[in-house]
Amino acid sequence: MSAERGPMFLARRTYRLRRLSDAARMLPIAGAVLFSVPLLWETEGVRTTRAMFYIFGLWIVLAVIAGVISARLRPTDTEEDPKGSQER
Amino acid sequence: MTTLNVLILVCILYVVFLFAVAFAADRAALRGRGSWLRSPYVYTLSLSIYCTAWTFYGAVGFAARSGLEFVTIYLGPTLIMIGWWWTLRKMVRVGRSQRITSIADLISSRYGKSNLLAVIVTVLAVIGTTPYIALQLQSVTLSFAAFAETDLTATTLPDMHSTALWVAGGLALFTILFGTRNLDANERHHGVVMAIALEAVVKLCALLAVGIFVVWGLSGGVAATLDRIDASAIAHFEVSGSRWIGLTMLSAVAFLCLPRMFQVMVVENEDEDHLRTAAWAFPTYLMLMSLFVVPIAAVGLELMPEGANPDLFVLTLPLMDGRDGLAILSFLGGFSSATSMVIVAAIALSTMVSNHVVMPLWLYFSGGAAMVSGDVRHVALLARRLSIAGVVLLGYVYFRLSGGGTALAAIGLIAFAGVAQFMPALMGGLFWRGATRTGALAGLIVGAVVWIYCLFLPSFGPSMVLPQVVFDEGLFGLHWLRPRALFGSEGMDPVVHAVLWSLLLNTAAFVLGSLLSFPQPVERLQGAQFVNVFDHSGTPGGWTGGMAQSEDLLIMAQRIMGATEAQALFAEAAQRQGLAGYLPEPSPTFLQELERELSGSVGAATAHAMISQIVGGAAVSVEDLMAVADETAQIMEYSSQLEAKSQELVRTARQLRQANEKLTQLSVQKDGFLSQISHELRTPMTSIRAFSEILRDTGDLTPEEQSKYASVIHDEAVRLTRLLDDLLDLSVLENGQVVLHVQTGSLADLLDRAERAAGVQGGTLRVMRDRMAEAVALTTDLDRLVQVFINLIANARKYCDGQPPILTIRTAVVDGELVIDFTDNGSGIAPAQQAVIFEKFSRIGQHKAGGAGLGLAICREIMARLGGAVSYLPGQKGAAFRVTLPLSARMAAQ
Repeated sequence: MSAERGPMFLARRTYRLRRLSDAARMLPIAGAVLFSVPLLWETEGVRTTRAMFYIFGLWIVLAVIAGVISARLRPTDTEEDPKGSQER
Repeated sequence: MTTLNVLILVCILYVVFLFAVAFAADRAALRGRGSWLRSPYVYTLSLSIYCTAWTFYGAVGFAARSGLEFVTIYLGPTLIMIGWWWTLRKMVRVGRSQRITSIADLISSRYGKSNLLAVIVTVLAVIGTTPYIALQLQSVTLSFAAFAETDLTATTLPDMHSTALWVAGGLALFTILFGTRNLDANERHHGVVMAIALEAVVKLCALLAVGIFVVWGLSGGVAATLDRIDASAIAHFEVSGSRWIGLTMLSAVAFLCLPRMFQVMVVENEDEDHLRTAAWAFPTYLMLMSLFVVPIAAVGLELMPEGANPDLFVLTLPLMDGRDGLAILSFLGGFSSATSMVIVAAIALSTMVSNHVVMPLWLYFSGGAAMVSGDVRHVALLARRLSIAGVVLLGYVYFRLSGGGTALAAIGLIAFAGVAQFMPALMGGLFWRGATRTGALAGLIVGAVVWIYCLFLPSFGPSMVLPQVVFDEGLFGLHWLRPRALFGSEGMDPVVHAVLWSLLLNTAAFVLGSLLSFPQPVERLQGAQFVNVFDHSGTPGGWTGGMAQSEDLLIMAQRIMGATEAQALFAEAAQRQGLAGYLPEPSPTFLQELERELSGSVGAATAHAMISQIVGGAAVSVEDLMAVADETAQIMEYSSQLEAKSQELVRTARQLRQANEKLTQLSVQKDGFLSQISHELRTPMTSIRAFSEILRDTGDLTPEEQSKYASVIHDEAVRLTRLLDDLLDLSVLENGQVVLHVQTGSLADLLDRAERAAGVQGGTLRVMRDRMAEAVALTTDLDRLVQVFINLIANARKYCDGQPPILTIRTAVVDGELVIDFTDNGSGIAPAQQAVIFEKFSRIGQHKAGGAGLGLAICREIMARLGGAVSYLPGQKGAAFRVTLPLSARMAAQ
């Protein structure tokens, strides 16, 4: 398994791409957590309008971040780690 | 008041327009000038078939009933879309590399091209989609009815069933016309996609227009609208956490698993790059679609009379205010949502039904002979068309049977939960190589049973399908099997309850089944292909060709793909193999390619089965796999060996070339040497011969003359001898046969000896020396070294043309080497000749001194033997030779 590992350190560009794809992976998780935040608000007295502002604002922010990330990330910039999913 | 007739006219005009757009797009694509058809925005808009009439009408109804909770249905897809890097990217890549035609095809391909799995997925998809299609028909008829109620001129209300029938018929026609133009499901349906994109724009504009009308027209601004929301029944954000999270998750899962979403997202995907745009554009679209839902619901609840259907607020609010134009736009929006969903769902389902149910059955009943006698292409197309009609008809039948009573959103969620059962098999297949067919089968069946029992059947209401006693007492009187409280989990929301249990049990069965079973070889291959799709987009091995008859394959391919396409494919393959004509060798590579092409038309499982019928013995054993793997390893090994060999060959060739050049040079040198030597020998020989003849033939010679001639002969003989000695010396040195007599002596002594022997004393040459530096003891073959020195000093004596001639001998130790420079003050040696002075017989200018031109050559050989070197030192204002000798040969002086 350790026979043919990739290089331990990467060129700056590749490094950036990997972090960018990390960000792309984290974004939906962060979104899921943030969208659940209204559930933590006190049950009584939270107005729908307030929740609307929060949810739609978050929605726009997520779309913008997704746009920024995917503008720099191409599906072909692939660096899937095959070793991790190897059938052994 | 708008008459129904105007509405119908607008509707028909809109449909005609859609037909025209679809037709134009198909034409443009056919002519290859439809680059705008392949825009990422068209792709994004086509994804909007997620927003069906359920969104358009139902979301407002949903919001009117339970407030902001409706938004969960759009949050799930948003999360999936912005997380495209996780799943969608992989799904699209797999879909493209494996030429996947539907979600059933994907799952069946992944698990060893199992048709059983495909059939189960297809059946589940049909069960899940039929109510959904019914829902669309219902929404269209309801909106018609809403118009009819306000139409005072209409004497009779239109029959709801006949409206639905007309709509269903029109949709089936459109879908058949544009959805089955080409058989290859992998080829994009440009017309359909374009029409859907257009409908996406229409529904967004319609909903935004109604929203703007409600906020600014009815409520009087944003602040006033917010006040109205605060005053309405849905003012408080009261959602249960389980429903909020459960529905978000369910919608996310359904977004990936819905057959129609899979169709537009994966099958119709033109370019993986489009995902990048969709990643932000589609969430934005969803956000805009849901932006005005709560305001419309709140205002509708306030303004509309008690008991009005909140599902139709989008339509009834403008109607109530007399905005007929807006109402028609709104109607068109809802109509677009409904039609686009039905069209794509029908295409997706018909592909699945015809590829995985009809075709295998037909192949089974017509037997293997069908391969060469029936027109498969025709059958496949017919199957697909019939399937489309069948799917739409089924939706209509469901609509008729259900009576159109249930709230729209409820049906939507039930359908979502149904298709969500694909999730474990789908995701497991994409990310876990250990997932097996047995596991997928177990998971799907368990999930489907739980879903049907807990959600689908109860949705018809108590005592409709399931008797009331089952609800109360559980199946067979088992209390823990109550459909709404499985395992005693009471008090849960029915949808969340069903989703939770069905997905949990589904996943558990899938994982357990996978862990306990052993996959077939094809499965393992496909598993590796799917999970590691980014590493190798190659094809699975498996076909061991040779037995297949190319001609049979061609006949079969022609029937499926059409004659021209098949012939082109075969001819191209033959050409690649270097063969003329249409019949390539049935190599494994070709068979795989053919299988993929065919799978685009009839699905992977059928294509595999068809080829295996012709090729015969298609079952791949583990041994075959090992062989394939071994072969690959061997080929890789072999190719690296080849590479090494070819590099070696290049090296050898270079060496050979160099050797050849050297040989050529040597041959030239040898020729030169021979001609030189014969010349050198001939000159003294000629004079010896001439003078000896004079001595022999001339009688009256004076003793002086005799003595003179004899000494000439003697001198020439001496010169000849010297020449031969030198030659011998050189040959000995060059052959390395020389024996060195190692002695120890001082450099100063050696130079003294050399000076004497070179005949400097009494000559004009002055020798300048630094005796201090010469106090170096040497251990080497002193006689040979002296010979070099003699040669160099003698050369200076002979050739130096300085006035007066001076030879400077400098000694130094540089970098552990003894360096002795012999520099004279003559005119030196021209640069062109510096290169050749060490060659044999090279002499500068006229040989006034009568040397044979071997001296320096001998010097060079001697120095090489002694481990040092002698070289010409340019740039010294005179001839300068440098002798270097490693000091390792030197003993410490004193």
